Amino acid sequence: MKCDYACLSGEHEIGRRQFLGGLAGGVGAIAGGLGMMASPAAAKQLSKDQKRVVVIYMSGGLSQLESWDPKPKTKTGGPFRAIPTSVPGVHISELLPLTAKHMDKLSIVRGINTKNGDHGKGSYQMQYGRNQRPGIQLPNLGAVCAKALESPTNPLPGHIRIPGGGRGNDAAYLGPRYASIGINGKPPANSARVSSLTEEADQARNAFRRKANSRFDRQRRTAQTDAYTYSYEQAQELMKKRGVFDVAKEPAADHERYGKHDFGQHCLMARRLLENGITFVQLSHSNYDTHNENFNFHLEQLGEFDRSYSALVSDLHERGMLDSTLIIVMSEFGRTPNINKYYGRDHWGTAWSVCLAGGRLQRGAVVGKTNAGGTAVIEDEVDHGHLFHTYLAAVGLDSSDTFDIGGRPIPLADPRRAPITKLLS
Amino acid sequence: MNQENTPEAAKPATSPLDAKQAHVKATWKHGSPLIACRYDPKGRYLFTSGEDYSLQRWDLATGKPTVWAAHESWIRDIAFMADGETAISVGCDDKMIFWATAAEKPAPLKTIEAHKGWIRAVEVSPDGKMIATGGNDNLVKLWNADGSLLKELTGHDSNVYSIFFHPGGEFLLSGDLGGKVHQWELSTGKLVRSFDAKDLHSYNGGQKVHYGGVRSIALSPDGKHLACCGLHKATNPLGAVNEPLVMLFEWESQKKVRSHVAAGVKGILWQVNWLADGTLAAASGGSGGGFLIFWKPGEDKEFHKLKLPNTARDADLHPNGLELATVHHDRQVRITRLTAKTTPGKPKPKK
Repeated sequence: MKCDYACLSGEHEIGRRQFLGGLAGGVGAIAGGLGMMASPAAAKQLSKDQKRVVVIYMSGGLSQLESWDPKPKTKTGGPFRAIPTSVPGVHISELLPLTAKHMDKLSIVRGINTKNGDHGKGSYQMQYGRNQRPGIQLPNLGAVCAKALESPTNPLPGHIRIPGGGRGNDAAYLGPRYASIGINGKPPANSARVSSLTEEADQARNAFRRKANSRFDRQRRTAQTDAYTYSYEQAQELMKKRGVFDVAKEPAADHERYGKHDFGQHCLMARRLLENGITFVQLSHSNYDTHNENFNFHLEQLGEFDRSYSALVSDLHERGMLDSTLIIVMSEFGRTPNINKYYGRDHWGTAWSVCLAGGRLQRGAVVGKTNAGGTAVIEDEVDHGHLFHTYLAAVGLDSSDTFDIGGRPIPLADPRRAPITKLLS
Repeated sequence: MNQENTPEAAKPATSPLDAKQAHVKATWKHGSPLIACRYDPKGRYLFTSGEDYSLQRWDLATGKPTVWAAHESWIRDIAFMADGETAISVGCDDKMIFWATAAEKPAPLKTIEAHKGWIRAVEVSPDGKMIATGGNDNLVKLWNADGSLLKELTGHDSNVYSIFFHPGGEFLLSGDLGGKVHQWELSTGKLVRSFDAKDLHSYNGGQKVHYGGVRSIALSPDGKHLACCGLHKATNPLGAVNEPLVMLFEWESQKKVRSHVAAGVKGILWQVNWLADGTLAAASGGSGGGFLIFWKPGEDKEFHKLKLPNTARDADLHPNGLELATVHHDRQVRITRLTAKTTPGKPKPKK
């Protein structure tokens, strides 16, 4: 559907996608189609099931040696042992005993070389799938997924960040609709109608706003006014469904199982949001930047992670959601094989790992290999670009496809890279 | 063998204790960074452990090492039975292993799965009848000398970092990550009382980490003061930004009487010992480098500190009370003599 913008320019093409099909009033009348991809067939590749993605960002740089690629009894191995998993021959760190039981649902990429040891650059690489370049603004994985996988019938925001607050500046040309909304394990701030305002008065003022907007739009409609209108309508829908964000509504036994610490509650919240059709949820667990006492701190942090993460994987599997939900455990980089004088490990992007699960990914697969000391990748080397493609492919997207931005095709992912085909089923 | 490791350096100290004269008399090198060290009670050997999962036995008379693969993981602490003939090592593989101290080719005499999780501390009672261990399962365990379990002491709510037998034979003390020091009655296993050493613990809300802990406990020779060491002012735990601290308590009243700090030193105190003259000696490591730091019990600040060439990770006092061994990340064992240097005699002119 062509949007009748006042200036008739093509620059606002993306604005067509900034409306919800199900919105009420005048906004519904201007809701556009869903053809955001260059290929009309692109939308068809999505299965009938709503695809979803959850990212668990191990902030600071999780040590691959204390998690997915242990090297016990080597000079770089540290004190932790490797334990067998539910997949014969695959071992992970003893810090992840509960996760090890679910290895048959997981995949590990052990051959990552991002050639970077800087927090900011690594964070960008892993969340945007490319190296950051001055003057170039790209949407991150959450924004891309929120746009490409969104359900036209779900009025809830598609890109949630936990913990956090406010709206992220991470959607670039896809527009604010796909930018992340930060929440802290509770319904978003100010999402309840204030007690001094009656429901009737609230409805009346919204009806007046829509009427005024509609009149204004007849002559002065732009992408900016659409975004403004959309923000109001989304807020209305969010207020109606604010209970979705209330993790306290989950059963007490689940709170216990996930753990009552922040990360446990955030994982439980993620399950709740995914079940309610939210496309992309990013959690973070802090902090793994262990230049000092790496082993004590990984013991502490991964104890929390193991319990909550394994509960989430188990639940999504048991509820039949794992085929349609991709779970990514990533960091900005790994940690040095060398153990420093403080019993710490430093930044290391040369040979490290991520763990994935769900979607089209093979279960129980390990792709990539590092040498005996973990100092170099010796088989199936990949980088953040390959991973970004793989994430998109895992949820049924053609990662070589493009967004149509003002008539210009903009690749979803770095065209110089491709998915890790060995991982895809 | 290093230059310092000469027969002269190996000779026992003959000068009186004087911490201000402390000097490194010998340096021995292993093949990997070192973790822990303990002297055998007879003063024949120093046992050390390394990041290569091995134990090393250094002959104090010659400086020669015997090295053997010992555990499936790092060895965190070492102790000896009272007669010195049996060594005990504990590690991150949950095991406690007994060794014949002087065996030509050491082999395990007994291996016990002692805790669920790392064992961070082991000590033997002064009468040699009991062994105590503490670990990441938040438990303190008492063992008979033959390795049979005697008692399991529950009451810590964080990892147990340190163990100390009161020389009177009635009590055991154990310190944890959270800064609690529990006093247990050995005959009943009951928790008698606790010392509040929470200054040695911090929780960093931004980094979401607990940090610090009671790394070592020692009682003064007169039995009147209890010293607990570790770190404080942990403004950046993940970046090793913290300062060393010894907390000093009155034994009877449990009153905190002093916080011993070290001017200008960043880091952590791994081990604290009382010297025979009442001086408190501790070894530090961390971002400020390695030091041996000495305090008088009545003074907050140190009266002397000896800069070591590398960060220290553990220390032990020789049974003669005149030498401190330290182990370091740079793979070196350093033996520091706490006396004045021996003045070498004039060499005889060659004919």
